[in-house]
Amino acid sequence: MSDWNMLTLVGADRPGIVARLTRELYQLGCNLGEASMIRLGGSFTIMLMVGGDRSADEIRAALTPAVQEMGLRLHLDPVHGGLHQHLVPNLQVRVAGADRAGIVADVTEILAGHGFNVLELESDVAGDQERPIYIMNIQGYCGETLEVLEGALAPLGERGVSVDVSPVDVMIG
Amino acid sequence: MAILDILKLPDPRLKEVSEPVVSFDDALRAFIADLEETRLAGPAAVGIAAPQVGHPQRIVILDVSSRPKTPNHGHLVLVNPEIVHWEGYATGREGCLSVPDYTGNVIRATHIRLKAQDADGRESEFEMEGFEARAVQHELDHLDGLLFVDRVVSRRTDLYRRKVYKT
Repeated sequence: MSDWNMLTLVGADRPGIVARLTRELYQLGCNLGEASMIRLGGSFTIMLMVGGDRSADEIRAALTPAVQEMGLRLHLDPVHGGLHQHLVPNLQVRVAGADRAGIVADVTEILAGHGFNVLELESDVAGDQERPIYIMNIQGYCGETLEVLEGALAPLGERGVSVDVSPVDVMIG
Repeated sequence: MAILDILKLPDPRLKEVSEPVVSFDDALRAFIADLEETRLAGPAAVGIAAPQVGHPQRIVILDVSSRPKTPNHGHLVLVNPEIVHWEGYATGREGCLSVPDYTGNVIRATHIRLKAQDADGRESEFEMEGFEARAVQHELDHLDGLLFVDRVVSRRTDLYRRKVYKT
């Protein structure tokens, strides 16, 4: 059995979701690891590493009452590898443009073609209803230079998407 | 010379406010030599502050000169440093010898003016910008018992903060 389970949870946002779930997990004897929890649209989303000796079935059973009461959807995957596997990004790609289908695929295909490993991606749709704007911020690691990536992404500029590549400087002090 | 132990979070000594240096003597110079040896022995740190080795005095070593294209003042020993002027702000990613395996985004002033003494007590003033200014603000925080984890922001938070206009 793997030491960790990746718990995925989605549901209509409301106060108390995190408190309720983490209390249940604590009472089950689980440890919590790295997590990403964020409100997307009107939903609250959780990706959470749950450690300990409990199986996925035990975790699911313990969370079922809370999940049903709060109208959430839950998914568990055993995962290998533990904590302390952080990769530090060296490049940041900021994208903004009039919202249209295909922006993410266009940008990330080019990045992938240069071996860019996406470590974090967040995006928002801003602007107003008539003219929505898509804004995306990607941090990742790439062995190629900033200039090479800029050159590769430049054609997107001609199609109305502004793309900016900048270094991520990590200051260790 | 000796490599000193680096205190790690949550050691309560990292949260203490350090005392000003009053004696510029051989003991101070010997400690600074040890502090520099400790900085160089660990993962590539551009700076180190005395309280990180459990020595609660206002002493910082800083050297960002090895970074390409980075305006800098070379290797600096800063005793009783004080920021006398701030300008601009930017978000940047930081890590710390006292917080292994973690980096986070912190907002810092982009331009500062700094007053400090050297190991012999001579006063100087520095105009710093960018990466060097960020590094010195990070180190000076240690002297006041602050770690960068006390200042971490998410990029989203930062984004919204910039959109707030005072009316």
